[in-house]
Amino acid sequence: MIYLNNAATSERKPPCVVEEMLRVLQGTGSSSRGASEDDLSAARTVIGARLALAELFSFDHPERVVFAQNATLALNMAILGTVRPGDHVVTTAYEHNSVLRPLNYLAREHGVQVDFVPVAPDGSIYLADVKRLVTPGTRLVAVTHASNLTGAILPVGEIARIAHAAGALVLVDASQTAGALPVSMPALGADLLAFTGHKALMGPQGTGGLLVGEGVQVAPLLHGGTGVHSALPDQPDDYPEHLEAGTLNTPGIAGLGRAARFVLETGVEAIRAQEAALRERFVTGVRRLPGVVVYGLADRLEHVPTVALNVGTVDSARVADRLAYEFGIATRAGLHCAPRAHEALGTLGQGAVRFSFGYYTSQDDVDAAVAALAQIAAEEA
Amino acid sequence: MERGVFTVVTFKSTFDAIEAERLCKEHEVPGRIIPLPTQVSADCGLAWRMPPTPEARAAFDEATAGHVRAAGYYDLKL
Repeated sequence: MIYLNNAATSERKPPCVVEEMLRVLQGTGSSSRGASEDDLSAARTVIGARLALAELFSFDHPERVVFAQNATLALNMAILGTVRPGDHVVTTAYEHNSVLRPLNYLAREHGVQVDFVPVAPDGSIYLADVKRLVTPGTRLVAVTHASNLTGAILPVGEIARIAHAAGALVLVDASQTAGALPVSMPALGADLLAFTGHKALMGPQGTGGLLVGEGVQVAPLLHGGTGVHSALPDQPDDYPEHLEAGTLNTPGIAGLGRAARFVLETGVEAIRAQEAALRERFVTGVRRLPGVVVYGLADRLEHVPTVALNVGTVDSARVADRLAYEFGIATRAGLHCAPRAHEALGTLGQGAVRFSFGYYTSQDDVDAAVAALAQIAAEEA
Repeated sequence: MERGVFTVVTFKSTFDAIEAERLCKEHEVPGRIIPLPTQVSADCGLAWRMPPTPEARAAFDEATAGHVRAAGYYDLKL
């Protein structure tokens, strides 16, 4: 199978990630739950992962790298831990349901007012809209670094400047960019940054986390054992324990940490260049095909290696099914958990077929996808 | 891929879709899992596609009865 669904997960992991997880699974103790050599070994593994991720995100506080099972939990921790009843939040129509649904919940149950920066039909978003919507008193601006549908990279730095000028906190969802683009917490102006381990970072599923900027107050979502300060009735104030309750996923975090090191050793810029070339080759190939519409290609936008398209009015599910069943090419149809982005692009009814490339995607894979789409377009458009 | 009419079964969750696939394979019910056609809903998800015959429907129901929460049956041109 040619796996072009890397925006969902990276199917293949670097061998060093597998080896590291195997090492831990073959014998390790429990991090922060004992002082034996085996338990200390687990603690060192976890801290090594915090250090690698802090380096990857140019973040000076590795102790404030908090692990979670995925970006969804990290985003929930950030949103539910900072937004109070009656607060005002600004987000964008590009967001994933992992941001939309917690905000919808807060709006419905706690009177939180949520405003959405619109997405134009060509995929653009405008800073004028951000300036219009962010007001003094806005509590949080939650913005994705890149769309999981079209791959469009958002001007997060500029958005953060507008947010900070109004006194708002900035939460960045780096699910689609961590490992695929240079992601610098200070350069983006993020107060909080959520990431997942299993997409472009090429770590295992079940890993992710939240980076909490110094001085940013986040109320814990989870309460429980931390292995330290056990006499306290509440979660300790110190990081990372403030937001980490319960035994950590040490094998997963070991793999995540090794994956982050692999990305650092390989070079994010090199990965970015390789994947951008694949995307360019694909878009150039498919835009020529009769009836194929590629979404969100506004000139001034840059993209991570994700492309959303349709073949005429053909059901996106049929195209994805043909690609998988006849050509052995994995893509994803439907709404991609981003209903407002689809609404903006006019694809709420038809859905779209999403092709997403990764570190292990080859030029031959891309050419095979273009050829398959050419055949489908010729037969169906 | 030839277009044709199929019976499409939708489910309450991915749990039911994958469980239906397992049971159908076990009982040799013809068909396969497909992405949920947008004719039913543009929501993401999985569906079971099988021949539009009473025999296939009966075999599906027998194989999955009591184990799977089917949300709907549709005869669709796919």
